[in-house]
Amino acid sequence: MSFYRGMTCENVTITGDGGTPITAYVAKPSGPGPFPGVVLIHHLPGWSELYIESTRRFAHHGYMAICANLYERAGEGHPDDVAAKVRAEGGISDAQMVGDTAAAVKWMRAQPNLNGKVGLIGSCSGGRHAFIYACQRNDVDAVVELWGGRVVMGKDELNAKTPVAPIDMTAGLKAPLLGLFGNDDRAPSPEQVDQHEAELKKHGKNYEFHRYDGAGHGFFYWHRPLYRPEQAMDGWAKIFDFFGRTIGK
Amino acid sequence: MCTSIIEIAPAEGMAKRGDSWFPLTQSVVAYDHARHALLGDVITLDFFNTNLGPDARAAVELTLESAKELRAALDRAIAAADYEEAEVRGKRTVLKLVHTA
Repeated sequence: MSFYRGMTCENVTITGDGGTPITAYVAKPSGPGPFPGVVLIHHLPGWSELYIESTRRFAHHGYMAICANLYERAGEGHPDDVAAKVRAEGGISDAQMVGDTAAAVKWMRAQPNLNGKVGLIGSCSGGRHAFIYACQRNDVDAVVELWGGRVVMGKDELNAKTPVAPIDMTAGLKAPLLGLFGNDDRAPSPEQVDQHEAELKKHGKNYEFHRYDGAGHGFFYWHRPLYRPEQAMDGWAKIFDFFGRTIGK
Repeated sequence: MCTSIIEIAPAEGMAKRGDSWFPLTQSVVAYDHARHALLGDVITLDFFNTNLGPDARAAVELTLESAKELRAALDRAIAAADYEEAEVRGKRTVLKLVHTA
């Protein structure tokens, strides 16, 4: 095999929460496999090009990958405009996200060349969503939470779409968790990450947190001024090491 | 959203996208991560028509300081407009003498 692996990418339709058809972008490495699977949960800016590229990045590293459009119900259009509409609507509900992500996990588990293992990853609101999903469902083998905002929530922040603070779901977490955070972040703040970690410890969960100095929110985002190449590349190395250990074989 | 800071107001008017204009139904103000401006968190202004597709949107991302300047400019213009409306349309206004040094 040449150094750079080929891949096949396409959009597929999966049956999301409530039976709603939604679109998902998938990337499959060339070759017979078997391959581990990664399900990506996109961030608040939506089903963005960054997430489509990240989906391909996992395929390049030998993972089958899928990223569902959690904002599809808001209508067709540029992902940026769709995300703004969703923001104006107060975001999507946690329950709907779980239903849509379950559909992506189901799609992955139906692939004949899957090695039987599925990892979950998300950043920002997607990091929060990945943690929620892994606390509520038992069908992923590893989860990566990248600077999940609003894992810790005050009672005044709870509403019909987000009725339970994710930190209060910690007892349900089954899969090993990798968390990456920037110490200059305000959402989540270092104090909130402390609380998140304390709750994981209290429940005896299998987790590892890495917290970077000189990095704030979204330090992987190469198109944003918050990008921090040293911390980002170390973070990616930690992700591939973690997935290699947990779902790689 | 990671900040949860969002305010929504009904809007009547029109906004421009590309070469065309569309009628508005809603103005949305948020403080959130910038998507385009090379900044961290920004005040975002979105003008929508919720009856049309998501692309019926005119959007702005501003620094907090720029947003404050805009608010002050809006306040000045609205105050002047209110006065003008009262004058032109013959509504009763009470003019006050202003003493200056």
